Amino acid sequence: MQTLLVATRKGLFVWQDAGTGWAITAHHFPGEPVTAVLADARDGGWTAALRLGHFGVKLHRSTDRGAHWQEIAAPAFPPKPADGPDADDPTPWSVDLVWSLAAGGPDEPGTLWAGCLPAGLFKSGDAGASWSLNTALWNQPGRRAWFGGGYDHAGIHSIVVDPRDARHLTLAVSCGGVWQTHDGGATWTLTADGMTADYLPEGSTDDGNTQDPHALVQCAAHPDVLWVQHHCGIYRSTDGGLRWNAIAAPAPSGFGFAVACDPHDPQRAWFVPAQADVCRIPVDGRLVVNRTDDGGASFRTFSSGLPQTHAYHLVYRHGLVVSGDGRTLAMASTTGGLWLSTDAGEHWQLLSNDLPPVAALRFT
Amino acid sequence: MVTVEFAPALRRHVDCAPQLVASGALREVLEAALCAAPALATYVFDDQRAVRRHVAVFVNRQLVPDRATLSQPVADGDRVFVVQALSGG
Repeated sequence: MQTLLVATRKGLFVWQDAGTGWAITAHHFPGEPVTAVLADARDGGWTAALRLGHFGVKLHRSTDRGAHWQEIAAPAFPPKPADGPDADDPTPWSVDLVWSLAAGGPDEPGTLWAGCLPAGLFKSGDAGASWSLNTALWNQPGRRAWFGGGYDHAGIHSIVVDPRDARHLTLAVSCGGVWQTHDGGATWTLTADGMTADYLPEGSTDDGNTQDPHALVQCAAHPDVLWVQHHCGIYRSTDGGLRWNAIAAPAPSGFGFAVACDPHDPQRAWFVPAQADVCRIPVDGRLVVNRTDDGGASFRTFSSGLPQTHAYHLVYRHGLVVSGDGRTLAMASTTGGLWLSTDAGEHWQLLSNDLPPVAALRFT
Repeated sequence: MVTVEFAPALRRHVDCAPQLVASGALREVLEAALCAAPALATYVFDDQRAVRRHVAVFVNRQLVPDRATLSQPVADGDRVFVVQALSGG
């Protein structure tokens, strides 16, 4: 039975297909904003990140697929120093949002990573019982030059753990470029060469440290192949992010937030175009999905099953996911639409038009 | 002694009955009350142990504008209320 976790502004929905069609089988945390969710393939545990309007960020964990939840520790910054180089840091040292959750490697039971806004990376070695800030990334000098995109401060929304070596992590920061560690977070390297930010002043557009990758994903079977939906277009790397190759903007637009890539085929990825950064709606009110099967050389645009008149859905960076079969995809929008495809994005089935704004999806 | 009471909006997450604690600075009073329910502290305070932006603390009927130092003295017989500010949609 397939299960899809849908994290929304008003709770976490569990959709399941037991062979008779997709349906909601549970609604957890009703009314509460759920900003990220992780289904951990190592132990089956689910972790949900809540952003309570009044009371801050909370994490809850279930070891029985949602039958019971327990509040666990949430990532939190250490006390901000009253003197020294961080005393005048204008970034609040308080977690506002857990934007991404990732499981460590199979050889790291209990290791979890949380990317937050402000842009702290936190690690837990005990399945979320405690968290610690990765100070190597937080203290690297370039961090003070990061800035917010849609939010007031920079944040970490993409964390990929290399399936070959769990000490190798790749992060994407809006707006702070792409960062990698090969030693489990002890040291970090900026790897945004090739990216261009047309929102920066002339002469600074290739500054890797202030690029705005909206989302970054990795091909599981070919981990050196990475895809980025950037604020200013689409990028692909075939050398583990050392060099990013700009992909010509496909029709109807190269702007968007979401990207999903085939777990097996390094040439295939999906995108959900929006008109432009200054107009974040589907082009001409038609919701479509773009797919490339040749590494970005060309794209096919699919609309079957998607609304084609006066549709104003925006799909956020975690709102498009592909399952391990490479053919089942789910997509959800900020206006509460949820669609499913079982043929690699060529046709879509509407599951709901009435969900709260959707932040993130996960197959499990 | 000082009575410290948490609003139902907080108690639905982590329950904490009204507490009777020793008088002193407001921070000492709040910290003493939260000893009864340590998990509630992250709902009241942010990462820097300041009162969250959408949480309001009253001493008797007076809203406390200071969210960080909480040095205001609280006397025997005073009542402290920790409530949620109104926000969201």
